[in-house]
Amino acid sequence: MSVDISTVKRVAHLARIAVSEDDATRMTGKLNAILGFVEQLNEVNVDGVEPMTSVTPMAMKKRSDIVNDGGKAADIVANAPIHEENFFVVPKVVE
Amino acid sequence: MTDLTALTIAEARDQLKAKTISAAELTGAYIEAIENANEALNAYIVTTPEKALAMAKASDARLASGNAGALEGIPLGIKDLFGTEGIHTQAASHILDGFKPNYESTVTANLWADGAVMLGKLNMDEFAMGSSNETSYYGAVKNPWRARGSNADLVPGGSSGGSAAAVAARLCAGATATDTGGSIRQPAAFTGTVGIKPTYGRCSRWGIVAFASSLDQAGPIARDVRDAAILLKSMASVDVKDTTSVDVAVPDYEAAIGKPLAGLKIGIPKEYRVDGMPEEIERLWQQGIEWLKDAGASIVDISLPHTKYALPAYYIVAPAEASSNLARYDGVRYGLRVPGKDIVEMYEKTRATGFGEEVKRRIMIGTYVLSAGYYDAYYLQAQKVRTLIKKDFEDVFHAGVDAILTPATPSAAFGIADQDMAADPVKMYLNDIFTVTVNMAGLPGIAVPAGLDARGLPLGLQLIGRPFDEETLFQTAYVIEQAAGKFNAAKWW
Repeated sequence: MSVDISTVKRVAHLARIAVSEDDATRMTGKLNAILGFVEQLNEVNVDGVEPMTSVTPMAMKKRSDIVNDGGKAADIVANAPIHEENFFVVPKVVE
Repeated sequence: MTDLTALTIAEARDQLKAKTISAAELTGAYIEAIENANEALNAYIVTTPEKALAMAKASDARLASGNAGALEGIPLGIKDLFGTEGIHTQAASHILDGFKPNYESTVTANLWADGAVMLGKLNMDEFAMGSSNETSYYGAVKNPWRARGSNADLVPGGSSGGSAAAVAARLCAGATATDTGGSIRQPAAFTGTVGIKPTYGRCSRWGIVAFASSLDQAGPIARDVRDAAILLKSMASVDVKDTTSVDVAVPDYEAAIGKPLAGLKIGIPKEYRVDGMPEEIERLWQQGIEWLKDAGASIVDISLPHTKYALPAYYIVAPAEASSNLARYDGVRYGLRVPGKDIVEMYEKTRATGFGEEVKRRIMIGTYVLSAGYYDAYYLQAQKVRTLIKKDFEDVFHAGVDAILTPATPSAAFGIADQDMAADPVKMYLNDIFTVTVNMAGLPGIAVPAGLDARGLPLGLQLIGRPFDEETLFQTAYVIEQAAGKFNAAKWW
């Protein structure tokens, strides 16, 4: 399978990355090189093979249902580009 | 006075304990070495000399009072992927501009608890995506090694290129690194240093910037096998904050060093004999087999039939996980924000400006293979192939093989700005052909220097072990190190 320039633009939008016409053209060739390389996986017979979900066999760890962290809103917004009174500030999303 | 930066961690530890040197002196020697070399090598992105000297002073106090930790007073470099409280943590990316976490990663917290001293943050490929350290926002790192009679700059490998270069150039006693497809072992092989990627689940991933969560593991890069064992002992832990951290006690890895190999069975996988591999690497591999045989190990030919599919499966699984992990960089919570006319344009412009080419490429591949209509064909197929890759290893371990010997890389270090690799991303990806299988199967793997090529550049061998059997890797790698000797770059910087 390979991608054309309109697919590249669609995927870029899904990934929330702005691309110019030139970017999209350049990306198309390189993405197709990678997709061409991974194509060989289709040769492998995977009948009856379970997809891997955990590389180390282990039971899922569960922690106790108790509050053990929190009360640090100021820490959490400390690195935000814009914040006010412990809120992240973003452009208006609802009219 | 002898150059203190020449001491290994084990040697420095003994001299600190004997009080023939102080932690402040040792740290001072490294700070001076970094000042003299970093402009040429670009291994450190940020240095923290004042913090280092304060930590060293505290170490001297603990050494004096007899409360020294396992790494008391040992100066280390930290890959920029590890969250370090109040200190630059950007995964060498523009998108994390100005990010200083309010927390400390578990691995680095373990090191400081054992008395280690932080010299600064080390350069790397952006978000650990690369095999040459050229995708860093902070520029390429130069390999301390050069070919004999040449002034051409070589890459140190990647993504832990800053870690490997700093260790090889003696700008730290040892370094932290991470490995998702070969990012510890390939740079170690390119710089004549020792690097171990432990079993998935051995080191906590908490507080480390995520790339591909089912593959990422932290590990050390060090000057020799013993130092790597000392560092891993402190880095590894069982951590409730990482649900994939496995409840297995951390053994004393150093105790495995020097044990005889008699009774060990070493597998040699025929699938690692790839087309176009330089003859000197083939010869080095053969030499490694002879060394282990001479040390009493028995050698068996083995087959890992799905080896060739590991790299293509990786280039579906890793970008898929990366596209999800990197969705958090949206210009809202941390780092760079580029304004737009609405929130979607703000996201798109921020991510277009903040991510480099290789990172964008992998996010795009990941988004594509996870998108409606392609998930089964790509992602599900790759995860099934991953099951088969792991089964290959389980079968040989079940048949009694204790460890597997392979080359670490298909070539020695290559030049900075290599045209072939710039033109075709797959050429760069092929650097990880021998290392990526280990991540796909969650196993431990160590790269150990084994010789120099005809141009005088280091080449490494890799040993792959059973899950949580890092001890056999240290034991076996030490035998190779004893036979091959150690290799140091001639100082030109």
